[in-house]
Amino acid sequence: MFDEQKKSKSLTPIVISNLSLLLGKTKILDKIKCKIHNKSIIAVLGPNGAGKSLFLKTINGLTPVESGKIKFNSKEINYQIRKEIALVFQKPTLLRRTVLENMQFVLEKKNKLSNLEIMNHLQKVGLDTYKHKPARLLSGGEQQRLSLARALLINPSLLLLDEPTANLDPYSLNLIEEIILDENKKGKTIILTTHDMGQAKRLAKEILFFDKGKLLEQTKAINFFAKPKTKEAQNYINGKILL
Amino acid sequence: MILESFTHAFDLVLTLDKDFFEILLLSMKVSFLSLLLSCLMGLPLGTYLAIKNFWGRDTVLIMFNAMMGLPPVVVGLIVYLLISRSGPFGWLGVLYTPTAMIIAQMILITPIVVSLTAQIIEEINEEYKDLFKSLVISSHKALIACLYDARYSILTVILAGFGRAVSEVGAVIIVGGNIDHLTRVMTTTIALETSKGNLSLALALGIILLLIALTINLILISLKTRAKRRMYV
Repeated sequence: MFDEQKKSKSLTPIVISNLSLLLGKTKILDKIKCKIHNKSIIAVLGPNGAGKSLFLKTINGLTPVESGKIKFNSKEINYQIRKEIALVFQKPTLLRRTVLENMQFVLEKKNKLSNLEIMNHLQKVGLDTYKHKPARLLSGGEQQRLSLARALLINPSLLLLDEPTANLDPYSLNLIEEIILDENKKGKTIILTTHDMGQAKRLAKEILFFDKGKLLEQTKAINFFAKPKTKEAQNYINGKILL
Repeated sequence: MILESFTHAFDLVLTLDKDFFEILLLSMKVSFLSLLLSCLMGLPLGTYLAIKNFWGRDTVLIMFNAMMGLPPVVVGLIVYLLISRSGPFGWLGVLYTPTAMIIAQMILITPIVVSLTAQIIEEINEEYKDLFKSLVISSHKALIACLYDARYSILTVILAGFGRAVSEVGAVIIVGGNIDHLTRVMTTTIALETSKGNLSLALALGIILLLIALTINLILISLKTRAKRRMYV
């Protein structure tokens, strides 16, 4: 616990300044400025193509920063920082192996202790009885849960979740939300993208609202849903912007 | 004649014909060894080419793709020139030995292994690369993981390589010389017996060669089908 808090403090606050990304001549991210605080759950909202996933990938270091800066507790991204960040993709990428082998892959050393840890994580996501099952034979919800368990196994300080519950059954959705809240309580900072307003209300302490590559709002969740500042956010909440 | 050939083939196997088994063993030894050496070189090289981006990578891949269709007699001739007494590697003294046959077959099989491996790994790497990058996996670990996860698809590469090796005649006859009890293999014997007009024996050997290839194909394909059911392919 102490270690987790210490690690968490080492990455936050995350200060993003003038972050821009171009795809050809189109600006995918346009001068994004924001600050992500310690132990926060942040929901990134916005219509499709707003730049939400790319925003997460840029924080993760998957997409290189073209202009602007991302600083993790005043430090630029480096190998050590990247080791502290886990990203769960919208479409789970699972190795062509069993559930257990998928988990073992992310560990640097395999021993009895690590196997115990794996089993604890699998139990948490309700997949402990499937440990010898080929991962790709799991259902969509199970695959996403495995993907989350694998990300948690590296004990990241910052957890990035790209639409973690899109198209999932209610059981998987509830379980993933419980885990998100639990991990946040343990000290992890979590940034997730979602189209599910209910989920954003249930989980997020803060909202980042994106539209056409621009960050239009960064505000407390309660304020965002009660009184969005921009017209775009109002339209989005009222379902007037095409998802 | 076909019936006669089948009978002849059975006779060769059932009577444990010494000469026949000598030829068969040498065929398998040369084919498997050249395949093994080609895989040892070609699998990591193909994987590296699929994963790494460097200047000239496409040219190297095109070169290996083009080499898949190398005419065996040309390869045989080049190897002959290199290892003949007056050639640069003449001092090795391997001309007209099984070693020369293995070298020639390796040159023929390696491009197949490299090109097909690169294609398979490229596909798997496209799927995995974001995951590996986000997990900050080293390129060495990524390379091994791609190769391991492509293991069942790689069976196809091995099959293609084995097919080329076991059916090869042009190169091995040039560098091996088809010497009785030394470098005579199934394919060169078939060629020799056909030229002597001994069609029944040639066909019998052909049938056995086909049966061996068929058995190996069946084993590998059944492994792949099992893997497919587990979504490992």
